[in-house]
Amino acid sequence: MTLVKISDDALARACGADAVAAAFEKAGCEVHRTSSWGMQWLEPLVELDGKGFGPATVEDVAAILDGSSKKAIGAIAEHPFIKGQTRLTFARAGKTRPTSLEDYAASGGWQGLERARAIGAEKVVEEVLASGLRGRGGAGFPAGIKWKTVAGATADHKYVVCNADEGDSGTFADRMVMEGDPFQLIEGMAIAGFAVGADRGYVYLRSEYPDAIAKMNEALSKCAEIIAPFTCEVRVGAGAYVCGEETSLLNSLEGKRGEVRAKPPLPALEGLFGKPTVVNNVLTLAAVPHILMEGGASLYDSLGVDRSKGTMPIQLAGNIRHGGLYEVAFGITLRELVYDIGGGTASGLPVKAVQVGGPLGAYLHPDQFDIPFAYEDYAAADALIGHAGITVFDETADMGAMARFAMEFCAAESCGKCTPCRLGAVRGMEVIDRIRAGGRELGAMEREPQMHNMPKKGRSQEDEIQLLEDLCETMKFGSLCALGGFTPYPVMSALKHWKEDFVK
Amino acid sequence: MSREQRIAEIIADHSASEGPLLPILHDIQHEFGCVDEDAELAIARGLNLSRAEVHGTVSFYHDFKPVADARPEVQICRAESCKARGVEALMGAAEKAAGGRVKLSTVYCLGLCSSGPNARVGDTLHARLDEAALTKLIEKA
Repeated sequence: MTLVKISDDALARACGADAVAAAFEKAGCEVHRTSSWGMQWLEPLVELDGKGFGPATVEDVAAILDGSSKKAIGAIAEHPFIKGQTRLTFARAGKTRPTSLEDYAASGGWQGLERARAIGAEKVVEEVLASGLRGRGGAGFPAGIKWKTVAGATADHKYVVCNADEGDSGTFADRMVMEGDPFQLIEGMAIAGFAVGADRGYVYLRSEYPDAIAKMNEALSKCAEIIAPFTCEVRVGAGAYVCGEETSLLNSLEGKRGEVRAKPPLPALEGLFGKPTVVNNVLTLAAVPHILMEGGASLYDSLGVDRSKGTMPIQLAGNIRHGGLYEVAFGITLRELVYDIGGGTASGLPVKAVQVGGPLGAYLHPDQFDIPFAYEDYAAADALIGHAGITVFDETADMGAMARFAMEFCAAESCGKCTPCRLGAVRGMEVIDRIRAGGRELGAMEREPQMHNMPKKGRSQEDEIQLLEDLCETMKFGSLCALGGFTPYPVMSALKHWKEDFVK
Repeated sequence: MSREQRIAEIIADHSASEGPLLPILHDIQHEFGCVDEDAELAIARGLNLSRAEVHGTVSFYHDFKPVADARPEVQICRAESCKARGVEALMGAAEKAAGGRVKLSTVYCLGLCSSGPNARVGDTLHARLDEAALTKLIEKA
């Protein structure tokens, strides 16, 4: 029987993969629903004897089977988009069935956990430290140091919490791990639990990812015996972006409002229910099984640049021709990512801006496209890598409107605990509106002769811009967490590079 | 089974877990389409919390609604990546197609960011929407 592989990733399904799979079954083929290769512009991608066809529709089935299809892309593994990558976290992408224990074990699964148990907890922490793995959620904090802190704490209970609240627009790598290779994440959590002495784990998964929730639950029920005595459970978020912030996430897990906590105490010492807790992003934990394999840590350390070690699953999104998942060692430039790999914009118009790192990341101008992709280099350019989502905009984008949206988003999603974020975001929207309206006239009341203390004239556009800069400064340094603290990045970068979109 | 009994049963189902409030709220929202005052009161009693604590949590999250809405719901992503792919230009037609019959709501990111504009109906996701496809989706909702 002809074996056909079609992804059951949420994106492939949203593009009609289920119907295509059903049509192949009807035509007498055996269909394996695998993870996605990450070439999202080709989804649903059909794989037959290693050769790819996409984007496939039900009408293409007969032609694909008789070899006359015009949608053939040749051998998938040889495709330039795949060949240029260094896939560690996504090594199984496109190849295995996500919730098949058999496929997972046959592709090196559980080896990291077995070796971890053999070498002992202390050595595991050492290896994670030596690998140079940094938190992939955005902050880039060294994972090994976090683990060491939790391992060194004494308590009757400790927890491992996986932050799967991937709320940033332009990011989907966490989703692809959970939908495509859930056992790898679970193995990473089990290793973390073993290393720090925690026997309970939670995956805090956003409610916007119904497919990932189903896959993770299925995978967890299948591998409970393998990861025992470690136990793990999925907890579903409830639509609050700020719960991606680790302390807010912990409050949410406890059943409280997702308000940010002041640090210290660090979650590593007083986290979930006041107990020492490892909170790591999906990609961080999913990188662990590979690092724990024989020689994995030194391989990881050998990749990348400076203090940005290993590979980063970069997500190419927005107005891009060849969007998808591109895992590569740190150090690559945006120019390569956007033009050589991504093929420029989907609309065919020139690239105007690229936002790196989600809604809280800076907008980069094409002049900045040669900055190497690494934590420190981006910080030096007043930008951030965040969760490595790259959203491309073509020249029709109105950057003044995008800056306003950044403030609007912050206002909608602020947890309300600290003033710079709660009030600053609303005031930020108002100031940007006034800048775009050309300044502010005095109101009728303010012009009354009795109002001695009022300024004698309105505020010019330049005055309002100054006010916005001051406000951003206050938010950046005065906010409790990254939501209020980083919202100035998109706003200020848009103002800096595309002032004409504000003052026209 | 009465509504009160069912809510009590949901609370009992989760009573053994740590931090059971969010799972309980999800179940109640899923089953009744809202978490109203009566439900809040029942949860507060069941978990030995104050009503303020329960209401504070319920009102914090976008997913929990105080009143049930019988209309079918279409969630449209209007975050950066979908904006870059032109979702804002579709909103006029979407609102016209929805009229008063379908509830349109904004969601910030469904994670299909290379293939927007995207929408969600129930647990089904839809990508690569243009005006015709989105209008059709709303009309069929």
